[in-house]
Amino acid sequence: MNFSAKMFSLLSAVAIAAAFSTGAFAGDPIKIGVAGAHSGDLASYGLPTVKAAELVVKHINEKGGINGSQVELMIEDDVCKPEVATNTATKLVSGGAKAVIGHICSGATKAALPIYGEANIILMSPSATNPALTQSGDYPNFYRTIASDDAQARTEVDFAVNTLKAKKIAVIHDKGDYGKGLAEFAKKFIEEGAVAEVVLYEGITPGAVDYSAVVQKIKRTRADAVIFGGYHPEASKIVTQMRKKKMKTVFISDDGVKDDTFIKVAGKYAEGVYATGPADVSSNPITKLYREEHKKVYGSEPGAFFDNAVTAAIVLTNAIEKAGSTDSKAIAKVLHTQVAQTPFGEIMFDEKGDAIGVGFSMYQVKDGSYVQVK
Amino acid sequence: MEYFIELFFSGLTRGSIYALIALGYTMVYGIIGLINFAHGEIYMIGAFTAFIVATVLSILGFPALAIFVIAALAAAVWSSAYGYTVEKLAYKPLRNAPRLSPLISAIGMSIFLQNYVLLAQTSDFLPFPQLIPDFEFMDSIAGVIGSSDIVILITTAVVMVLLTWLIKYTRIGKAMRATAQDRKMAMLVGINVNHVISATFIIGSSLAAVGGLLIASHVGQINFFIGFIAGIKAFTAAVLGGIGSIPGAVLGSFILGLTEAFATGYVSSDYEDVFAFSLLVLILIFRPAGLLGKSSIEKV
Repeated sequence: MNFSAKMFSLLSAVAIAAAFSTGAFAGDPIKIGVAGAHSGDLASYGLPTVKAAELVVKHINEKGGINGSQVELMIEDDVCKPEVATNTATKLVSGGAKAVIGHICSGATKAALPIYGEANIILMSPSATNPALTQSGDYPNFYRTIASDDAQARTEVDFAVNTLKAKKIAVIHDKGDYGKGLAEFAKKFIEEGAVAEVVLYEGITPGAVDYSAVVQKIKRTRADAVIFGGYHPEASKIVTQMRKKKMKTVFISDDGVKDDTFIKVAGKYAEGVYATGPADVSSNPITKLYREEHKKVYGSEPGAFFDNAVTAAIVLTNAIEKAGSTDSKAIAKVLHTQVAQTPFGEIMFDEKGDAIGVGFSMYQVKDGSYVQVK
Repeated sequence: MEYFIELFFSGLTRGSIYALIALGYTMVYGIIGLINFAHGEIYMIGAFTAFIVATVLSILGFPALAIFVIAALAAAVWSSAYGYTVEKLAYKPLRNAPRLSPLISAIGMSIFLQNYVLLAQTSDFLPFPQLIPDFEFMDSIAGVIGSSDIVILITTAVVMVLLTWLIKYTRIGKAMRATAQDRKMAMLVGINVNHVISATFIIGSSLAAVGGLLIASHVGQINFFIGFIAGIKAFTAAVLGGIGSIPGAVLGSFILGLTEAFATGYVSSDYEDVFAFSLLVLILIFRPAGLLGKSSIEKV
């Protein structure tokens, strides 16, 4: 079938469905799509979102639904593959989904977005972290309840420059996707800020027996702070060798280092190290409620992105309820202007579609454990 | 100039770490012409043994020096047992097989031992206790060279001298040289070649174990995979210096360590491996047997 003809029939079907649904609001179920990897090797990232959506929807339906309409979930698997995700999106759109929770992987999300865009359907991802999804401005119907990849680097740089007043910063990474990606953003943000300078930007070989040469190099630059992108085995070696060489340079790293193994391995040398990590939400009553319910219903601890997915389901259903319709413009208006109570506290969205309040916090090692700073 | 000296010592430390492992590679190669890829794993097992013994002893409240000595002995004995067994199980049955067979067997042993430790112990990184204390008299130059660096350097030097003496002046050393030169002839003059080969594996494994203890104590962490990376670098160093030659292994290790340190210091640590392996290629082009290796005509 010709693609545009297919899209046209889809669009008209959606338009008709939308016209009917606003009229016949109470009664007909509101369909919300859940798309992500539900099978294959990345299923562990996608399945917790299905469970989160099921739990949230169960709550809503028990209370009588949204404005009298029951909520129905349409669960579709995209295996995290862009080429499958376009089919998934088409299926959801033609099936009459009013909004979609997902997709899980950034690549699949990017591939599916144009289809939702043409159908004018809002997409709310709990886990797609690619910065361009919101920052490029290409996808006005995209929202997410997780911080983007560069948010962490932003937190690190802001902390080093504004809070610690560091002027000379050495940026070190482990050459991996994760570490180097973060380091590149950190370097970019420091240079854009123009307050501090990057005195050293280097990659190290993970697993090497000794990092004293690169430590000497950091020492020679007289950096005030080191920002390291990578994981804890390398971080603990570098910190240990820095401290053994009597260097007091501040060490700032990421959530690959915000791990208790780092403190265990680096021991006394870990003291004072900063690391960013997701804000601790375990004491939030809504978080507790859903985590416990997950244990009760499914008999296990919730998996990856569960809190983010609960947040996504709550903000979407809340927005539909407050908007009083499933029209995406009305939903978007609520998302941008009114807060919802979620596991991350009160959440609303900025003009780009990133959730305000979901982000990274800075932690510091004090007496053998990570303590939140600020 | 101070920066140069700092980098120099950093390179020396790296070099002596490589040397402690490279010596085992080169000894085994010298005797039976086999590249023992499982050697890195013997080093890893030595580090794990030392870790377990040291943890138990420190709970029992032993003094630091006693912990160090007992852990080193235990690691050496335990690793030797592994080295001996690996040779008997994986290499001896293949002694008259084509040269490729024991090599594949060695790679298999390496993978087996890694996964064995992964399953029997843990996949996590473990904090290795600092068995070498920070000496007070070293405090003023701690910025240039640390206490554990000095201990590793001295150990490497002592081990090299002892090994050279062992091979040149003792009965077993003479037997080793004879076996290396011509195994069949050595058998004919009454040398128990099997004993000599076992002894070589035991000595090499003990060295790797002591290396494991010193290096883990210097680095402060171990896991089941440390042997692989250290083994690759040490093997490179042994080839660089001329595999089969004991002074060659040490020289190769120092050259490799210094190249890496200076490449990091003056160029970029992104390129440390590029420099190290370019150097290897260059040396092998001009001296195919390595720096101190004897280029011998292959016996057919």
